[in-house]
Amino acid sequence: MKELTVISGKGGTGKTSVTASFATLADNRIVVDADVDAANLFLTLEHKTLENSYFKGGSKACIDKDACIECGDCRERCQFDAISEDFIIDPIACEGCGVCAYFCPEKAIAFEQQVCGEKFVSQTPWGPMIHARLGIAEENSGLLVSQLRQEARELAKDKKIPLIITDGPPGIGCPVIAAVTNADALLIVTEPTLSGLHDMERVKALADQMNIPTMLCINKADLNPETAGRIKNFAEDNGIHFVGEIPFDREVIDAMKASQSLVQFSQGAAAKAVKSIWKEVQQFMGTTLERIM
Amino acid sequence: MIITIASGKGGTGKTTVTVNLAASINRDDVTVFDCDVEEPNSHIFIKPENISSEPISVMVPKVDTQRCTLCGACEEICQFSAITLVAKRIMTFPEMCHSCRGCEMVCPEDAVKEDSRVLGSVHQGKNARGIDLTWGELRVGEAMSPPLISQVKDRINPGGIALVDAPPGTSCPAIEALRSSDYALLVAEPTPFGLNDLALTVEALKKLKVPTGIVINRADDAPGIVEEYAKKEGIEILQRFPFSREAASICSRGKLLVNEMPEMKALFQQLFNRLNQLLTESKEAGEVGK
Ligand code: SF4
Ligand code: SF4
Ligand code: SF4
Ligand code: SF4
Repeated sequence: MKELTVISGKGGTGKTSVTASFATLADNRIVVDADVDAANLFLTLEHKTLENSYFKGGSKACIDKDACIECGDCRERCQFDAISEDFIIDPIACEGCGVCAYFCPEKAIAFEQQVCGEKFVSQTPWGPMIHARLGIAEENSGLLVSQLRQEARELAKDKKIPLIITDGPPGIGCPVIAAVTNADALLIVTEPTLSGLHDMERVKALADQMNIPTMLCINKADLNPETAGRIKNFAEDNGIHFVGEIPFDREVIDAMKASQSLVQFSQGAAAKAVKSIWKEVQQFMGTTLERIM
Repeated sequence: MIITIASGKGGTGKTTVTVNLAASINRDDVTVFDCDVEEPNSHIFIKPENISSEPISVMVPKVDTQRCTLCGACEEICQFSAITLVAKRIMTFPEMCHSCRGCEMVCPEDAVKEDSRVLGSVHQGKNARGIDLTWGELRVGEAMSPPLISQVKDRINPGGIALVDAPPGTSCPAIEALRSSDYALLVAEPTPFGLNDLALTVEALKKLKVPTGIVINRADDAPGIVEEYAKKEGIEILQRFPFSREAASICSRGKLLVNEMPEMKALFQQLFNRLNQLLTESKEAGEVGK
């Protein structure tokens, strides 16, 4: 079983459109939406939800006003300024360290694990989809991503599914680290802008720290051929396997509006490019990866 | 006054709006704070000079093995498995530590000493036009961006006009950037993905009790879907920016729209005037309230 994670560094480069197309092109796969605080895959892939469960993240503290003697010990200990002068804990500022509760002389602070979101296992016409909804303003997106990937691996083993495709979040922080750790290969979807180039360099540095073979494609490449060229050079100089370019095409948005993946909806230039990129990616995941590993 | 520019979905044009808005305000107290510390990009457009940089660290524990009696109290208090007893030794996992100092407080032998972990850096510089930019840059491999975002925000002088470029999403990094803002300007993309993520951000802002307005970027993709939503929620749409290949190409080269396209400059100035009006009104209302 192999795991491919699609990331971008910069947001809005078209990562989800590419992943959704892969998810309808692959023969036998599980797709995971790891962009848990702005999940979009479910809007594109027709599905029926089979199972849902709560995601329990960290704990939060809450002071019982009747038991509190206002000694001030908790306020002094809290490193996150989460406790107000009148001893009310701001749940958004609380980091969930439990230090206040541990030391409170009156045992006036409850410290309980919180439900931070919901996890779903759904069926699409092309195989299972594992996704989630993180509660509004909730934490622990990294933990949630790890759990989704773990569930995908168990399901893959159970059903003998050879491939997991994961749509990763933007950035390079905790949910991204959780989405790429132990993946067999990464695909970076970038765009030909200076911001895209800069962000892609940082994502590549992360991939190198984790020793993960990396592929790259450039979306909307024709919007700035010169920067697209610079990105390709960077790929070549840094051991990134270039898998292709996708031209700017309004059908990408039209597919989104029709709640379909690009390759399902369109026969246009962008859809053709994505199909050829998928072939390259499969080849890399098959032969090249075996040679490297 | 602190105006934070945010969006649930990435790539809607937050940074474009932030830097062009900053460049169209005719005042000398405009400062920009790039809180998208995982992927900061404002400096590409603002081009600050004379940059000063400061490394930012947080506390992590280091155990004095001479003093430690392996009582296990630190392991018990730590909620993040960042300090544990393994085979008669105390091990620390600095990258998992949230710097709550619980282990230090609980240790009966005073064996937990202070060490540090580098989160990244905060940079600051001013461009030729006098726009002051402060930005955070998360170290590659570091998972926790909120404490670095909070360090960037600590440098805000609330007297002037501070524009904060927030990271995408609706979880801890975005929330950290949006907290205690006077106004949140949401950059929305009129697509189904954009609308879904916009609604999530609006819900988060309701929790944070921050007044909110919307600007629509690439307004011609699916006209109406954001308008309809904004009307239902009673949120004002402050500006609409049309899509053009010319604008996309200018941004892709790290240039400012307001310098290259006069019609864009007019739209940004209009946007600032409306923001200024809203914030002055709410300030006056606040003062009357007191
Ligand atoms: S430590 Fe306990 S008793 Fe003291 S102020 Fe805090 S909640 Fe109240
Ligand atoms: S749990 Fe930690 S962060 Fe939350 S209020 Fe208590 S001491 Fe502060
Ligand atoms: S400072 Fe807090 S999070 Fe870090 S190791 Fe100590 S108890 Fe754990
Ligand atoms: S609490 Fe102090 S003495 Fe006890 S195991 Fe931890 S470091 Fe050692």
